[in-house]
Amino acid sequence: MKQIPVKQLARTLHIQILRHNPCDPQSEPRLQTFELEEADAMTLFIALSDIRENQDPSLQFDFVCRAGICGSCGMIINGRPGLACRTLTKDLPDRITLAPLPAFELIGDLSVNTGKWMRGMSEQLETWVHSQGLEQTSIDSLETTMEPELAEQLYELERCIECGCCIAACGTAQMREDFVGAVGLNQITRFQLDPRDERSDADYYQLVGDDSGVFGCMTLLGCEDMCPKQLPLATQIAFLRRRMASV
Amino acid sequence: MQIIYTDVLVIGGGLAGQRAAIGAKRRGHDVIVLSLVPAKRSHSSAAQGGMQASLGNCLGAAGDNEDIHFTDTVRGSDWGADQQVVRMFAHTAPKAIRELTAWGVPWNRVQRGDHEITVNGEKQTVTEADAAHGLITSRNFGGTQKWRACYVSDGTGHAMLYTMSNQAIAENIPVHERMEAMALIHEDGRCCGAIVRNLMTGELLAYVAKATCIATGGFGRIYRVSTNAVINEGMGAAIALETGIATLGNMEAIQFHPTGISPAGILVTEGCRGDGGLLLDAREHRFMPDYEAEKAELASRDVVSRRMEEHIAAGHGVQSRFGEHLWLDIRLLGKQHINTNLREVKEICQYFLGIDPVTQLIPVRPAQHYSMGGVRTNHRGESPQLRGLFSAGESACWDMHGFNRLGGNSVAETVVAGMIVGETMADFCDSPSGALNISTALVEKFGRHQQQLLSGISDTGGSESAFELLRLMQETMTGNVGIFRHGERLQEAVTTLQSLQQRSQHIRLRSSAAGANPELVAAYRVQRMLKLAQCVAYGALQRTESRGAHFRADYPQRNDLEWMRRTLARWPDDNAMQPTLEYEALDIMNMEIPPGWRGYGAKDYIEHPDTARRQQQIDSVLQRMEGANRHTQQETLMPFKHLLPPHLRGNNQRLGDEQ
Ligand SMILES: Cc1cc2nc3c(=O)[nH]c(=O)nc-3n(C[C@H](O)[C@H](O)[C@H](O)COP(=O)(O)OP(=O)(O)OC[C@H]3O[C@@H](n4cnc5c(N)ncnc54)[C@H](O)[C@@H]3O)c2cc1C
Repeated sequence: MKQIPVKQLARTLHIQILRHNPCDPQSEPRLQTFELEEADAMTLFIALSDIRENQDPSLQFDFVCRAGICGSCGMIINGRPGLACRTLTKDLPDRITLAPLPAFELIGDLSVNTGKWMRGMSEQLETWVHSQGLEQTSIDSLETTMEPELAEQLYELERCIECGCCIAACGTAQMREDFVGAVGLNQITRFQLDPRDERSDADYYQLVGDDSGVFGCMTLLGCEDMCPKQLPLATQIAFLRRRMASV
Repeated sequence: MQIIYTDVLVIGGGLAGQRAAIGAKRRGHDVIVLSLVPAKRSHSSAAQGGMQASLGNCLGAAGDNEDIHFTDTVRGSDWGADQQVVRMFAHTAPKAIRELTAWGVPWNRVQRGDHEITVNGEKQTVTEADAAHGLITSRNFGGTQKWRACYVSDGTGHAMLYTMSNQAIAENIPVHERMEAMALIHEDGRCCGAIVRNLMTGELLAYVAKATCIATGGFGRIYRVSTNAVINEGMGAAIALETGIATLGNMEAIQFHPTGISPAGILVTEGCRGDGGLLLDAREHRFMPDYEAEKAELASRDVVSRRMEEHIAAGHGVQSRFGEHLWLDIRLLGKQHINTNLREVKEICQYFLGIDPVTQLIPVRPAQHYSMGGVRTNHRGESPQLRGLFSAGESACWDMHGFNRLGGNSVAETVVAGMIVGETMADFCDSPSGALNISTALVEKFGRHQQQLLSGISDTGGSESAFELLRLMQETMTGNVGIFRHGERLQEAVTTLQSLQQRSQHIRLRSSAAGANPELVAAYRVQRMLKLAQCVAYGALQRTESRGAHFRADYPQRNDLEWMRRTLARWPDDNAMQPTLEYEALDIMNMEIPPGWRGYGAKDYIEHPDTARRQQQIDSVLQRMEGANRHTQQETLMPFKHLLPPHLRGNNQRLGDEQ
């Protein structure tokens, strides 16, 4: 006879959340702990939704795709930045502490304004293909060819989801508000690699050749360690620094 | 109340909304985009597998063109689509992809020489031509005759949306993030903007615009198990419905994707099967060829999803603690292929299932995926009922998908529709009808009404929970308005939804948190979602036939005799408990391809007498024109180019064509 599997008693999770609602003048930052019975295959997305539905409907957090693709749910999970939607509670101890990503404007509780920060970074670094006569490109004719490996390399750098984990993990970004961080520098290397972008190294130097750019990096490597997409951020920054140093 | 004025207001920062915004901006109009979330986080970013465009570059795509793309799409739609719109789409898709290429999307490219591919579970070697080297490559997808889905690994939507968003930033188009359109402002059949709620502060404000475009994506979250993002709650369609004037088309046409991972419903792309992956049952038997000899795993989604559920019902599902499922097997594609072309799939398997798809099977079951229906527009994206209102993308029903959308056709549609509707709005703003005469009193009136609704929710004195009502609605939809539908179950759903709608008038808020208050958000959204759910359930109940994704077990045949009609739902009375339905005829005598067998799925359907007549007409025209080129023949059968903006009318060049 087959053995009947003994079901382990479900753990009780103690989820401690750093709470604050800037819209409420009475609100002070505080830690609040919720208790929750763990379920099979539970992610922090499921856990937090459960807390909001059943314990505290005012709890603020951001989820969109809940599949690790959109980058909305970056937060500090037991001291490390990560994507909450794809963090399984079974991989965490039963005491879990959650805090909003630092360095971004707080909207409330675990929700931060990464969107505003990222748009600012994009405007500052002009993260789009710069090409003369782009509007005149014929869209009826065959597309310009590109080496297949180059296309793959570009995608490799473009997999960044602007979640903000690298900024939260960055020493410089905590000290310098104008630092564009690994997310910004990585995008510069992406456009630099792209033959469709006609900008020269001198142009890029204008954008990142100072302490708010590539020379602000203290090579602490937090960005690469914490990147949920495992982008080669440190290598990219080192590469960019060498190129910028020789401009 | 703060009032913000602009020429064009685009509600939605996904692919469709941003492309429409860029079009209108380039024509010299001020544009503002609204989005619930940062634009790059819109659900378009989650599209994985590909974008259909008939470039015909790689070997599997050789010989492809607009005609074949058109045919595949019409068949896919089960003849529910507007064929002129499908023509406009198939013709513009190659232009859309070429534009995105110039803007920076790193499409995967053809590599000359030998490649190993997997077809029907077998390895084959193919050789790509030197001439095609470096052009955009494509992969196989369901329901298509050619390899037509162009891709960026399996992060296609991400790459497209980032490029599109960056282009919008380059064009200096403001995106007002975390802003939710709550109601359309309108008077005398003219839409003039929207009342909007700031999701950070809870404040209400008004946007007044000559042209307003709804590009808010799908509404999958009315279902319990869905591949959609949690923000896909259909608020754009809902506010159009709540005008009582604009209509929603074919809301009962809901797509279920074969491969949502079980139980979370997170999608793994159709590219898995396109690249050679197989579906297996509990005995690890490949069952699809038993049902669909021609296309097997690569029949259209509605057919594959139905076959999977049928197979589970016949007792072949895999039992698990979350219920039953089937297996998706991509092991045969090999590590190298999975690590480069299916890497998001690999990550999803790793993080959510704790498995490695290189060596393990993926548990899958069909899940709600796509809304074919939406805000009814004409072929230019204008609401026929409410002047100044436009719609594009998944939220719209200009009707290129009919009753089933082909994989890869949606991201292509978003960009094509954006290219067309952006021009339509610019034309409208430039024309005398674009002029706007609106009193601030009207704006204030709409603002006050929203304010009253919100404070009404805060003190109904009732005891209902918004979250609970949401759950009950989702369960009703997944349980009763799913893949297999039946009159009784649908009637039950309609009754349940009505009672939920009544209960939603008595929600009790436990929290009065300052700011946006997530509980209040849930409360007003569930009231609106219930209206959409009713349009779906009631439309499905009334449609006594099976067509595409709408399958009625009690009416299993497609019925062209009675149902060559598009459902239009309207909600004229705010206090009504159900929508009113009207129908719009699809005229077979104007079709380029009259209804027939799709090439997969059921072969029996009830024919319309016009089908034979139209076929005869077509045959004699083609006979008369023998020898004419395909463009001339097509133009004679069903002209469409005059419907496109002039700069989109040119022929598409392909490898081997003269420049
Ligand atoms: C998991 C998944 C994978 C997919 N893969 C593919 C694929 O490989 N190929 C393919 O062709 N299709 C695919 N699709 C379908 C395709 O991705 C979508 O249909 C398409 O991206 C929708 O784009 P959109 O611009 O219409 O809407 P979205 O990208 O959903 O954008 C909607 C926008 O509207 C905003 N919004 C919504 N409501 C409001 C409101 N009330 N006020 C203000 N703003 C609002 C949102 O913030 C968002 O910016 C996939 C879908 C899913 C779910």
